[in-house]
Amino acid sequence: MTELRVSYTLDSTLETVDSAEQTASRIAAETGFDEDQVMQISMAVREAAVNAVLHGNAYDPDKKVKLDFERTSNDLVITIRDQGKGLDLNKIPDPLAPENLLKTSGRGIFLIRSFMDEVQISPSQTGTEIKLVKHVHGPSGDVKEASQ
Amino acid sequence: MTMKTSTRQVDGVSIVDCSGRITLGEGSVILRDTVRDLLSKGQKKILLNLGEVSYIDSSGIGELVSAFTTVRNQGGELKLLNLTKKVHDLLQITKLYTVFDVRDDEAGAVKAFS
Repeated sequence: MTELRVSYTLDSTLETVDSAEQTASRIAAETGFDEDQVMQISMAVREAAVNAVLHGNAYDPDKKVKLDFERTSNDLVITIRDQGKGLDLNKIPDPLAPENLLKTSGRGIFLIRSFMDEVQISPSQTGTEIKLVKHVHGPSGDVKEASQ
Repeated sequence: MTMKTSTRQVDGVSIVDCSGRITLGEGSVILRDTVRDLLSKGQKKILLNLGEVSYIDSSGIGELVSAFTTVRNQGGELKLLNLTKKVHDLLQITKLYTVFDVRDDEAGAVKAFS
């Protein structure tokens, strides 16, 4: 499998969300992930991009979203950075708690964590960085040959 | 593919056939407007047919929850019909599968409205 490193700087718009999802889907498919994994990766990236555009940059046209893809022999690593005030991790409710089940928002980070093998969220005063990792051979050592 | 809905009436139940993507932005807005329009006409028995919904994100899930609670708060009922595997799996992991009344048979779903 070819190693890859590609970076995009995107506006804080809904089009960025769709673009990030589509790019993630394409790169995940090229990496050799199966259909379900491609969907999981693209949805995780979509949710992270939504957070960056809406909650981080708040649609500010002066703020950008940076999207990086890095593919190694073992992992697909996707990093999304915004230029917002920094996500407050303590304010993310548990969407599975009975009192939150019927809330209309707050499931994005949960879905990201559900779909990716590793998730690192690094908030700072100059923005939030979220790093998503999907192991090419799966978390259980499940061997699946990627296309050459 | 953008979200589309069309509504038909069967035995007093409004069946909303949805297709495309229910995602942040247009897709969620179309679903919201469709449900509000039905409620404004006094149609409070709503069956959302999601058989042709190819994709749903967390905003779309939120919109389904919003539709469910809005209809219920007005004394109505909202049920889901024909979930695709992707939507089914999403409702499972978010523990919403047991919140919604999910059906896979249209005639049976229509009869299930009180």
